[in-house]
Amino acid sequence: MDKVQEDWIEKNKELERLLGVRTMELEKSLKDYQELQEQLLLQEKLASLGQLSAGIAHEIKNPINFINNFSELSIEYVEEIKEELKKLSETEAKEEIGDLLQDIKANLEKILLHGKRADGIVKSMLMHSRGGQGEFVPTNLNTLLQEFVNLAFHGMRAGKTPINVSFEWNLDTEIGQVSIIAEDFSRVIVNLCNNAFDAMRSKSNTLGEAEQKSDYQPKLSIRTKQTGTKIIAEIEDNGAGIPEPILNRILEPFFTTKKGKEGTGLGLSITHDIVKAHKGTLSISSKEGEFTRFEISLPSIPSIK
Amino acid sequence: MIKILIVDDERDVELLFRQKFRKEVRSGLIELAFAFSGDEALKLLDSEHPPEVVYVFSDINMPGMTGLELLEKVKSQFPAINVSMISAYGDTENYKKAMESGAKEFFTKPIDFDSLRVEIGKIINQE
Repeated sequence: MDKVQEDWIEKNKELERLLGVRTMELEKSLKDYQELQEQLLLQEKLASLGQLSAGIAHEIKNPINFINNFSELSIEYVEEIKEELKKLSETEAKEEIGDLLQDIKANLEKILLHGKRADGIVKSMLMHSRGGQGEFVPTNLNTLLQEFVNLAFHGMRAGKTPINVSFEWNLDTEIGQVSIIAEDFSRVIVNLCNNAFDAMRSKSNTLGEAEQKSDYQPKLSIRTKQTGTKIIAEIEDNGAGIPEPILNRILEPFFTTKKGKEGTGLGLSITHDIVKAHKGTLSISSKEGEFTRFEISLPSIPSIK
Repeated sequence: MIKILIVDDERDVELLFRQKFRKEVRSGLIELAFAFSGDEALKLLDSEHPPEVVYVFSDINMPGMTGLELLEKVKSQFPAINVSMISAYGDTENYKKAMESGAKEFFTKPIDFDSLRVEIGKIINQE
């Protein structure tokens, strides 16, 4: 009797264990499913936004050109009026007119400045819709990474607010080739690096002067590896990180955390589009205040051996 | 004095060109005419015998007749008139089509008025 009971207890335990495993599997697949659904929704949204923004960009380009052209002309006219004004004899009214003209000119220059800014945004929007002109060429991702990380670094150093960055390269020389449109894909690398530099600058700015000097050393890590038929490239910075609530929004067009003139909110969305056009995926992991890691996964070209 | 026709469906183009070429017009170097569609442009060219216009600058993307269609018609009816395109779409396809149909130059928007001035200067020197 005891033997039977023991067997029962044993079997029950085993069943409980199996049930636990099964529940976990189901929970995981439910979670995977939800994640997939979220991703699909996001991709759909991105695709329609891309089309829409390209259409809007073309429509807006003409009015922006007019704004820029007419404000430029008006600045020239104000200059001419000021020249003419010099020929008149000095009076209080003349002085007043001179001051007003100066204000008008300053305003026109502001209109032109912001018109050019809008023009810049429209141009990067049109990049979204630029039809495939480049050619896919079998490429060594390591070489491309080295070239364009360097380019981004020197671009940043030559910019207005350079920071000191150390690099940690971890490139697997054994990885296979990937099929890439170099002109487009180089933008991916440069965009991701620029984002990393911004994130590290922003972290460094939030730290106190003393802390900043002693403890924080901005570091950009670049890694490549091959897993199966996928070539993986990772670009990781130890900057400000991305808060969890906005992590799944940062690929959306026009989503930006950068203030005012710094960002158009298109950099990462263009980056994402280009990676997708290469049949790849772009995934992000981040911890606020610690790091952000972008992982690009591309299909490798099957090697002929 | 040479007469230039600008074709664009955006009416403010007239104001812009008149101001940009104010000095050239005032000094009698050039005369500007405007048409806001391909049809209007052809009518204008057809109303003068022989046509006074020596150079047509046309937008490509217009409702009704496109700039490229206008280009072909002008080239077949008035082969002596120069035609250049001005387009916001600077893609290779439009460029190739325009050049194959006999366009003299291809300018992109936003218009660089300095290069337009150079181009017009060349024609003035020829006349």
